Amino acid sequence: MVAALGAAVVILFFVNVLLGSYTVTIPDFFRLLGGADIPGASFIVMENKLPRAVTGTLIGVAFGLAGTIFQTMLRNPLASPDIIGISYGASASAVAAMVVFGLTGVAVSAAAMIGALAIALLIYLVSHRSGVSGGASARLILIGIGFAAIMQAVVGYLMTRTDIRTAQGALVWLNGSLNSSNWDRVAVLAASLVLLLPAVAMLSRSLRGLELGDDAAAGLGVRVGPARLGLVVTAVLLAAVATAAAGPVAFVAFLAGPIARRLLGGAGSLVAAAGVGAVIVLAADFAAANLIPMFLTNGTALPVGVVTGALGAPFLLWLLVTTNRVGRGG
Amino acid sequence: MRTLQSRNLTLGYDQRTVVQDLTVELPAGQVSIIVGANACGKSTLLRGLARLLKPTAGTVMLDGKDIHARSTREVARVLGLLPQTPTAPDGISVAELVGRGRYPHQGWFRQWAAKDDDAVNAAMAATDTEELAGRDVDELSGGQRQRVWIAMALAQETDILLLDEPTTFLDVTHQIEVLDLVTDLNRRKGTTVAIVLHDLNLAARYADHLIAMKAGEVVAEGPPSDVVTEQLVSDVFGLESRVIPDPVSGTPMVVPVGRHHSNGGSMPSAA
Ligand SMILES: Nc1ncnc2c1ncn2[C@@H]1O[C@H](COP(=O)(O)OP(=O)(O)O)[C@@H](O)[C@H]1O
Ligand SMILES: [Mg+2]
Repeated sequence: MVAALGAAVVILFFVNVLLGSYTVTIPDFFRLLGGADIPGASFIVMENKLPRAVTGTLIGVAFGLAGTIFQTMLRNPLASPDIIGISYGASASAVAAMVVFGLTGVAVSAAAMIGALAIALLIYLVSHRSGVSGGASARLILIGIGFAAIMQAVVGYLMTRTDIRTAQGALVWLNGSLNSSNWDRVAVLAASLVLLLPAVAMLSRSLRGLELGDDAAAGLGVRVGPARLGLVVTAVLLAAVATAAAGPVAFVAFLAGPIARRLLGGAGSLVAAAGVGAVIVLAADFAAANLIPMFLTNGTALPVGVVTGALGAPFLLWLLVTTNRVGRGG
Repeated sequence: MRTLQSRNLTLGYDQRTVVQDLTVELPAGQVSIIVGANACGKSTLLRGLARLLKPTAGTVMLDGKDIHARSTREVARVLGLLPQTPTAPDGISVAELVGRGRYPHQGWFRQWAAKDDDAVNAAMAATDTEELAGRDVDELSGGQRQRVWIAMALAQETDILLLDEPTTFLDVTHQIEVLDLVTDLNRRKGTTVAIVLHDLNLAARYADHLIAMKAGEVVAEGPPSDVVTEQLVSDVFGLESRVIPDPVSGTPMVVPVGRHHSNGGSMPSAA
């Protein structure tokens, strides 16, 4: 199953690069990679489509891992960073950077990262005041949703305070978009993942212990406190770097883990969740940039986040309706 | 033989002291059972003994050495704990959950091996859960699920095993089954066992060493025949009772008096 997911990622990656608004043949593609200059194709493939597909793959992996780590650790599918306000914290901070301070590029990414960490810390401080057991996970999620609402209000306020051109740029970013992918952003994203993925690999063993509850995990020899802190920081950073690269692409973090779990027919693995995340982003971006313009919107491309949002919202509703019945959470 | 003991152990949560200045030793190779009223600190003591709570004062010693000075993984290979309310992840299979018991025996360079399969198979055989192996833990009955959790604790292959109310939610047949199972383990392998149990009669029957707690302190400990008296039941549980020999095991059996249905005259009242 994991191998099939890997194949799906590779296929979708090439579909995104080779097909769509400008079609490239596979031999041409490898000639381009080899440095050949093919008029017309060189720029579109090397400066647009390729960095876009790489960004899509990497943020899919990052969001998928971040969401699954949170969901697993808090034992609740609602606990993903795009629902408990961490992505919104990144958004608010990035929009403030663009609108208030007029920043661009890497500075916006840095602001998004700081915002995500700050909100995560706030949620932790507010929800930690009353112990860690029992309903703590449910409380943390509710507090996170509260922060998400506040951050959305902040974003709304900032958007009304700015001129229309800045607002439009910010809006595209807010929807989650791969349009402005370029090699500089890929470099930042890839460098972050080179640091974060080994951390995930190291912590994944502890995560499998923490799934059984803190006491059972400690009984098995997991160092609960450090493991939990390491996982939270890693997951927040993953969500933050992905958000910084492409905006808060809606619900990828939220969907990847549960879908991976269903595909594997059991306790899902982080590797599978990362693969599902990449598949979601690549498929959604191909749909948003090519299929929907062709069949639905008369040529207007959509930001990828619009498509993932449309996929995720029904699932969120379904979860909200069924979660209590299943008896998960606190 | 492993030894686990506490010395002047004080435990609590955020300033609130629950267990106070408690000194206790689990006799090696025996089954100890901890009894006491609700909220008297039994689970807290067990968590303290399993180094899940840091003492506010005193120490817990494993083989004569401070348990908090050892690596938690090293401890986990020797001492297993089944908490009162463990949670199974959604969709996990029985075999996979039991396999999680192998956690402390694995590591970066020690991946799953034949030895782990053997431990899991043995644990599932001992708990009679082999035919459940492929099932989802969510789908099991309370009794089956409890046996699966015990199998996970057994797969950890520790010399000391702490079980917090392993029979809660089980009907009487399954309660006996679980306690027989733990006793088998103790007799076969010499595992040192401590169990928190709420049923005083089963505790008196299955314990080699009974520990009675009240308000965070040990009020009596020793062989059940010495410990279980009408006076103790009244002290610890606030219950008036008669203690008679259990017709099956000869161990003390507590018969509560209550306000109704007593045929008053046939026995002298303690009051
Ligand atoms: N995680 C916790 N945080 C705060 N208080 C706790 C916690 N666990 C238990 N307590 C309190 O400690 C006391 C003893 O609890 P516990 O050891 O679980 O009792 P028992 O197992 O004997 O029923 C109770 O008053 C309980 O409310
Ligand atoms: Mg208890």
